[in-house]
Amino acid sequence: MANASNNPPLLEVRNLRVEFPTRRGTLLAVDDVSFDIAPGEVLGVVGESGAGKSLTGNAIIGLLEPPGRIAAGEIRLEGRRIDNLPYEEMRKIRGARIGAIFQDPLTSLNPLYTVGRQLVETIQTHLPLGAAEARTRALDLLKEVGIPGAEARIDHYPHQFSGGMRQRVVIALALCASPRLIVADEPTTALDVSIQAQIIALLKKLCREHGTAVMLVTHDMGVIAETADRVAVMYAGRIAEIGPVRDVVKDAKHPYTKGLMGSIPSLGVRQERLTQIDGAMPRLTEIPRGCAFNPRCTRRGQRCLVERPELMAAGASRAACWLHDKGGVGAPIERERVDA
Amino acid sequence: MIAFILRRLLQSVAVLLAVGLVAFSLFRYVGDPINAMVGQDTTMEERAQLRDKLGLNDPAPVQFFHFIANAARGNFGLSYRTSEPVARMIVERVPATLELSLCAALFALGVGLPMGVYTGLYPKHWTARLFQAVSLIGISLPTFLIGILLILVFAVTLHWLPSFGRGQTVQIGWWTTNFLTISGLKALILPSITLGLFQLTLIMRLVRSEMLEVMRTDYIKFARARGLTNRAINFGHALKNTLVPVITVTGLQLGSLIAFAIVTETVFAWPGVGQLFIQSVQFSDIPVMAAYLLLIGLLFVLINLTVDLLYFVVDPRLRSQGGTARVGGH
Amino acid sequence: MATSATQPGWWHRVADSDVWWSFRSSPMTVAAAVVTILIIVVAFLSPVLAPHTPFDPASLSLTDGLKPPVFFSSEGEWTFPLGTDDQGRDVLSSIMYGTRLSLVVGFASVAVAMTLGIGLGLVSGYVGGTVDAVIMRIADVQLTFPAILVALLIDGIVRGLISVQRHDEIALFVIVGAIGLSFWVQYARTVRGSVLVEKNKEYVQAARVIGLSPVLIMVRHVLPNVTGPVLVIATINLGLAIITEATLSFLGVGLPSTQPSLGTLIRLGNEVLQSGDWWITVFPGATLAALVLAVNLLGDWLRDALNPKLR
Repeated sequence: MANASNNPPLLEVRNLRVEFPTRRGTLLAVDDVSFDIAPGEVLGVVGESGAGKSLTGNAIIGLLEPPGRIAAGEIRLEGRRIDNLPYEEMRKIRGARIGAIFQDPLTSLNPLYTVGRQLVETIQTHLPLGAAEARTRALDLLKEVGIPGAEARIDHYPHQFSGGMRQRVVIALALCASPRLIVADEPTTALDVSIQAQIIALLKKLCREHGTAVMLVTHDMGVIAETADRVAVMYAGRIAEIGPVRDVVKDAKHPYTKGLMGSIPSLGVRQERLTQIDGAMPRLTEIPRGCAFNPRCTRRGQRCLVERPELMAAGASRAACWLHDKGGVGAPIERERVDA
Repeated sequence: MIAFILRRLLQSVAVLLAVGLVAFSLFRYVGDPINAMVGQDTTMEERAQLRDKLGLNDPAPVQFFHFIANAARGNFGLSYRTSEPVARMIVERVPATLELSLCAALFALGVGLPMGVYTGLYPKHWTARLFQAVSLIGISLPTFLIGILLILVFAVTLHWLPSFGRGQTVQIGWWTTNFLTISGLKALILPSITLGLFQLTLIMRLVRSEMLEVMRTDYIKFARARGLTNRAINFGHALKNTLVPVITVTGLQLGSLIAFAIVTETVFAWPGVGQLFIQSVQFSDIPVMAAYLLLIGLLFVLINLTVDLLYFVVDPRLRSQGGTARVGGH
Repeated sequence: MATSATQPGWWHRVADSDVWWSFRSSPMTVAAAVVTILIIVVAFLSPVLAPHTPFDPASLSLTDGLKPPVFFSSEGEWTFPLGTDDQGRDVLSSIMYGTRLSLVVGFASVAVAMTLGIGLGLVSGYVGGTVDAVIMRIADVQLTFPAILVALLIDGIVRGLISVQRHDEIALFVIVGAIGLSFWVQYARTVRGSVLVEKNKEYVQAARVIGLSPVLIMVRHVLPNVTGPVLVIATINLGLAIITEATLSFLGVGLPSTQPSLGTLIRLGNEVLQSGDWWITVFPGATLAALVLAVNLLGDWLRDALNPKLR
């Protein structure tokens, strides 16, 4: 697994499987996913709703909601396995070595406590600081994330902040104990469009300054293009393509990614029509045999119906598609119209 | 904030007046006060004179005004049944009911709250399921049945505790108390448990369900993601958020304890205002019913008001919005 | 995606649904349902099933009085398996008839409360304005008092208005009315909330424009929406109604001893409790407890099954 630098990876995910036992059988929500994150790198994880990106993030921080569970695979942080740790061990890692940011800043903060109290509590959980020092650090963090009038606002309650300010507080909380990696799950989706850019810029800046790696989960390709170093495209619980952001955006190697890129309108480029991928991502109970994307793929062949492709080298990225295999896709298939 | 208090006060007064209206209507129009008060041989003229003297021929609003004014001064007329002043009958019995209700409330809160928290935090544990089962039984058994069962076991069979009455009481000023004698304390036990059991199960179930909901919120998830200790999460965050909605319901329940005392007092022959009320319903003793109604109304209004104000103190979201928005979510 | 050949029959849809599955998978709930159905069937078939007619004075004989249950002491007889009370009435038969009455009052009062509540809720929500304000104020005032107090009050008022003898005859209706009147508020509030939401939707305006009666349209759309919450309220209410009736009867202001419900029976038994004749109280008490427990279990399950948040 080559990454940009040659340092040992910060996070290694190998063959991760996340299952949901239900009365209709076991659902496989994340299917054999593997990737690395290098120290200080921003990895974007993009895909439609239900593709399994949030669940992957939850699995990494150890907060999968039951009955979901990690059925197989390994997750290593700085070489040490974390997926099989007891709760208390994992708790110490959370916040201190891995942080997390969730989608809705209003519901992420306890409405009954002041922002300062929540900051100080988190700081004191992980760092041996006294109350006064913790408060000072909290103030510094608030200033760092750009809250004006931090001295006064530290004693305000969450409902007294606007949406964008709240998300800044959330970021401050996640960075309290200087974690090495932050899992950001749709951090801008709940915010106004005008605020989104600010928050993304803030996140990027802070992570660069602190040397924190970020796993940025989102369905917004624009955010990825702006912020990420590498991107992983997920489809039906699997990774379809993973590689440096510029390569994946400009020259996608997987047909699904190509479709995704083509469906984003861009200013200044004359387009006849936006690409539309027929059909929809399959439900977890109805994942096709072979390549999960094959029913919607314009370039499929016989092999795609039968054999499931692993990630394989395709230029600077890797893609799970037989097109990039020496054997090819086999005999091409007449493409019938796919009814949605 | 002041605006909110004023508004609530006005509302309370309005409710009280409404209750007063109902009580007055009862008083005036149900049954004939004159017939209930005089003997068989009183002549028609004497009755007519009495009617006039008591102001029963005045227009209705005037009578209503008199009624309220009298009530405010503590004059509720004479009982149809015993011809004693209703006010005195009530005052005699109020300490009994209040002490009983207090004990029941302490029992319900003291046991129900911790049980609720425990079953909310560890819902899958077998003890939690046991508590759940017991609580279901507690909600299904009518109060009087519980009382009877307790009497059957502890009084009739085991002879440990008395099966009726208040035991020995000590008079302090106009108040009589159970707390200062052994027999008084013993007499309190069974009735308090009976009265409190239903409230206990209610509190326990409420706390449990609130706790379960809170534990699923985003801010708890984020707290875990920040690596806070279980203790900090369970007691610092979850418990505090659970208690906010629990306060209202509990406060209102405590008010209804006094009303439910009716049943317990009947089962245990406890000489409180509840027993008085039942006797008045059985005998159609309207003045007593009306007076009881007014007093209970006053009590409930006061409790509601206090609970609303308490909400203000506890939930910071209400303070800055002036109490207009009642934040329902977590 | 081709459409399926036929829509599966409604029974298949029920059998396949989440609600049915959660029912089948919870043994307690199934047991509760069985118990409830059993009790209901036995109670309503009591004229056929009961070994005696305890409330026909001609069939009683005092020499049968105060016999203990047959398995408890040698004085018991098989003709009176659960014993008799001081008048010689068979406890088992009394329980059957009594349960029937308790159930009738329970269901009837819930029906009254539902009808009144839904009706008032619809009116209040749709008409709005002063009518709405008045109804809601009354609701608020009434809500400050526990239901039992309201029921007691209504009962007391009726007693004051009519003679004692007449009161015994119509006691059933008075009780049903009293309990029903004390429970309408929750239904009204829920329905009103729904109406307020629907009232502002465009299809109502559109219906007005076309000339259709918007009331009818709204009822067609509102009622399905509120079925779930109303059902939940009803199941809670049923248990409470049965308990309230039993309590009123126990206190002597409910169903009289000529037409006893389980509560009345318990009261009659309580009078001889001190002398150790426990069966007259305990058996009706156990039946009452079992009935309410079963109803509450069913209600609990229904609440969980219908709660979208827990799915």
